[in-house]
Formats: sequence, structure tokens, C-alpha cells
Amino acid sequence: MARVAITAPSSAKQGEVIEIKTLAAHVMENGFRRTQEGALIPRDIITQFVCTYNGVEIFRAELHPAMAANPLIAFNTVATESGTLEFKWTGDNGYAETQSASLSVS
Amino acid sequence: MTSRRQFLLLTCGALAAGEAVAQLDPNIAAKREAALRAAIGKITDGKPIRTGKVKLQVPPLIDNGNTVPLAVAVESPMTAENHVKAIHVLTEKNPQPYVLSAHLGPRAGRASLSTRARIADTGRVIAIAQMSDGSFWQDSVSVVVTLSACLEDGLI
Repeated sequence: MARVAITAPSSAKQGEVIEIKTLAAHVMENGFRRTQEGALIPRDIITQFVCTYNGVEIFRAELHPAMAANPLIAFNTVATESGTLEFKWTGDNGYAETQSASLSVS
Repeated sequence: MTSRRQFLLLTCGALAAGEAVAQLDPNIAAKREAALRAAIGKITDGKPIRTGKVKLQVPPLIDNGNTVPLAVAVESPMTAENHVKAIHVLTEKNPQPYVLSAHLGPRAGRASLSTRARIADTGRVIAIAQMSDGSFWQDSVSVVVTLSACLEDGLI
């Protein structure tokens, strides 16, 4: 799906620290803006991001309206074993997006 | 005698001042400070925060507050006994102080993250790290914002 993008190495050495960059296409409407008629635009943001490595949670973030549109989160993890990295974004109005990436560790 | 130029300047100034007063809550500064204190209190549960170990990187002059790149790095060996449990990013002048709360553990390998935030006004950006031993460390950067985020409707 094109609504999220992951940049992560596909292979790494055992014990190496790898950087994972994640990007989700989302307006992140902060709930403080108004239309020209003065009506408040309701909040519509991604509230949580979770990354699991072979089913074990390695990184979790709570997002707030002060995150920029199309939230980018870059973080690190230690390459311990070959497997899959799963990414999950959840948010207001039932927003849910998942993406996975495979990593081979030598 | 008042020249046309002076007259225009005065009336425009008076109108602008009137407008600003009508929109701005007189206690806004105090309220935001209280909100920030409450947010920090919620994170630390009243424990003291020391300065150091955390390095927050934000450009000191921000042209566009809608997308501000920021990076947080914390000095930590990231072992099972001694690691960073959480990194919180807060701002002083936004309508809500929170930006991001990240939870990590020894499997992160390196306690650093980068993201992009919205910053509404010139003020401080604060990063607080919670260590596995229960201590809190922080770093703050004062930034100048020329185009602020989320203020299309004037002052909120």
C-alpha cells in the first residue's frame, strides 16, 4: 500500500544496530483549525504507532496533534535474528494501517 | 496637524490592538505554563528532572512551524539493566504541550529517534528521557518561529 512507507535494511549482521524510518501519509488534522465560516475542524490524527520484531514489541509511540502532517518516525533496533518487522499505525476515525518488512540477519 | 500617514497608522494600530484583545485569552501564557507543568508532572510523577544525558537537536530558527525536524539522542548503554524506557518531547507554547511519547527498551540498541513536529510559537522545546532506574533527564532548546503552525485562524 502506498499510504505508508518503510525504509529499513533488508539484511544486517548479528548485533548490528539498524535504523528504521517510517512514514505514514496522513493529514494529522490538529483540531484547532477553523473553516472560513468559523466552524472547528474536528481532530483527525494518528494516535499510536507500534513496531514489533518477530511478534515482540520493540518500539511504541503515542502521537499528539503537534506531530507534523505525514508523521515520520525514525528509530533504531538491534538485529538479533532473521524475521519480520511489523508496523502498525492506529488513529482517530478508525484509522488503521499495517506494513511489514523482512530482515535477514547473518 | 495629523498627516494622512499618521492617521492611517494610528487607526490601523488601534484596530489591530482591539482585534488581538478580542481574540486572545488574557491568561493564555499562565494557562500554557500550567498545562506544561501538568504534563511534565504526569510524566515524572513529581520526581526531579536533571539536565544532561539527553541531546535534543532542533534548528534554532524555524521558517515554517508546520514541519520542524527534531532529533533526540540519549546517552545510555542500552543494556537490560541500564536503558532508556521512554522519551517524551514537549513544547512550551503549543495549545497542548505534548508532541510525542516514545517507549523503547534494551532492544533499541541506541536510544535515539527523529521525527517532525509542529511548533506554534517562539519558545522552548523540551525532551525528557525516563531511565530504567527511574531517573529523569532533560534537554531543552529555545527556538524562534517565524511562521507558526496551527494559527490560520489567528490566535488560539
